[in-house]
Amino acid sequence: MEQVLVYFYTYKEVIFIIALSIFLGIEVISHVPSVLHTPLMSGANAISGVIIIGGIILVGHADTSHISTELVLGILAIIFATLNVAGGFVVTDRMLEMFKKKKK
Amino acid sequence: MDKIIGTLNGTPFTMGETLLQLSYLLAALLFVYGLKLLSHPETARRGNIIAGAGMLLAMISTMFLHKNADGQGIALTNIWIIIISIGVGTVLGWYIARTVKMTAMPQLVSFFNATGGLASALVALLEFPHADITDVRLVLVTLLGLVIGSIAFSGSMIAYGKLDGKIKDIRAGIMKYVNIALLIFVVAMFVYMLVSGKSTQELGWELYVLFGISLLYGVLFVMPIGGADMPVVISLLNSFTGIAAAMAGFIYNNQAMILGGILVGSAGSILTVLMCNAMNRSLLNVIVGAFGGGPSSAQAEGGTMKEITLSDASILLSYSQNVVIIPGYGLAVAQAQHVCHELDQLLSSKGVNVRYAIHPVAGRMPGHMNVLLAEADVPYSQLVEMDDINPDMPSTDVAVVIGANDTVNPAALNDPGSPIAGMPIIHAHEAKNIIVMKRGRGKGYAGIENQLFFGEKTRLLFGNAKDSLQALVNEIKSL
Repeated sequence: MEQVLVYFYTYKEVIFIIALSIFLGIEVISHVPSVLHTPLMSGANAISGVIIIGGIILVGHADTSHISTELVLGILAIIFATLNVAGGFVVTDRMLEMFKKKKK
Repeated sequence: MDKIIGTLNGTPFTMGETLLQLSYLLAALLFVYGLKLLSHPETARRGNIIAGAGMLLAMISTMFLHKNADGQGIALTNIWIIIISIGVGTVLGWYIARTVKMTAMPQLVSFFNATGGLASALVALLEFPHADITDVRLVLVTLLGLVIGSIAFSGSMIAYGKLDGKIKDIRAGIMKYVNIALLIFVVAMFVYMLVSGKSTQELGWELYVLFGISLLYGVLFVMPIGGADMPVVISLLNSFTGIAAAMAGFIYNNQAMILGGILVGSAGSILTVLMCNAMNRSLLNVIVGAFGGGPSSAQAEGGTMKEITLSDASILLSYSQNVVIIPGYGLAVAQAQHVCHELDQLLSSKGVNVRYAIHPVAGRMPGHMNVLLAEADVPYSQLVEMDDINPDMPSTDVAVVIGANDTVNPAALNDPGSPIAGMPIIHAHEAKNIIVMKRGRGKGYAGIENQLFFGEKTRLLFGNAKDSLQALVNEIKSL
């Protein structure tokens, strides 16, 4: 029991972030009309591309004096993550563009 | 930027570090605000752009302000490599997103989700050797990021293949046990890697075995799930990608990644539950794939299906007052939205009141029908949601069911033993006449008979929805 409490205290900031983010995610989504489910899923999907920050940090501090597996895979990670981000936001925008059009 | 502006717990911090954290805070706020705006029709588009701006901010500030543990910034060569990689990804992503047909939208979302999952898996794979094996928390989040990211990747690719019609459903009872065995194996690998006494650099093949097993699990996890349940699966895998990104956030102790990832994880989960609710099924039911499982009480005696000729159908439609079109997946598959709109315009010009009844889960994704019909320029006012159209069904002269099946199956209302019992449906059976356009005499996705098709008031028009609609349009024009 004490160990759990120690763990909680050590990582209290992160635990706060997690707890509040979960609540936020649920709260933000809960009252969505079903028409918007698909664009919303697509938009959230684009946000999950934040992993790109990890890719940037990884490649940013990689040794570029020679071509290593780390460098190549890191570059691939950035490319894939950007596909997720750019593709995700553009697709979402394209879907929403249609909703706009028919409003007229 | 390197100016030390203060100390925290004895560690000095610089202006650059402070600005980086500030920009992460701003990015996180933009994510939340963007997602909030995305959930309202009027503000959705702006929300999408705001969330994108948050992402751009986080990317740029990381590139120029991030420092590793030794206080080293990102070198110029590396910045160029990063910018070029981002450029390649952006051009590719933008091109794919812009050129793919509107009907292929669901599989596209799945594809982009897959790339995000793969990126998370790669980052975890590369960061693992840098972790200290005695730091159990760090090792665990790295391995979890690898496993969850890989499952999201391979699972989404299978979902993509299924939606694209490239992969068929495979159902074997044994797969359930194989999947459980794989999960146990993954947990065993975790424990083994932690207690083996090897350093993270020495754990080479173990790491790749774990990677491979996770990929395999993703494939086998999605394989038995039916094509019609793919929206739920994509939403679930989307939340997986979010969680995998959050795990990577723990590796770098990066709040923007943690918040963004968890936000998507929880939003994705709740969206998954909402979709399941719309079909009145539990998530477990979707995953285990209880549809078409055991014999159900719904295997009632069939009766006969009565066909209708094109000329009869065209006369019936032309001289009706109220027509309700109920589109389903068949319309999307046949890409018949344009000719469908042609039919409704033709009928409207003859004074017929034509409306579309939209079931919340019609098609392959919630909102699929709305997007599809919007592409064909069907006015927003003509699309009516299920709950609003149902009271009007008894006064409807003709209900035209185009490639929909389970969403109009009355068994959901009157047969408690049916697998879809309790699922809200569009009350097509209450209309005075029903015309059903169907490819063949087969059952719907749920694998259950639809009494609507055998009803006294029902007539069937067999064939591909696009061909049938085109023939019908031609027939009405020649009347």
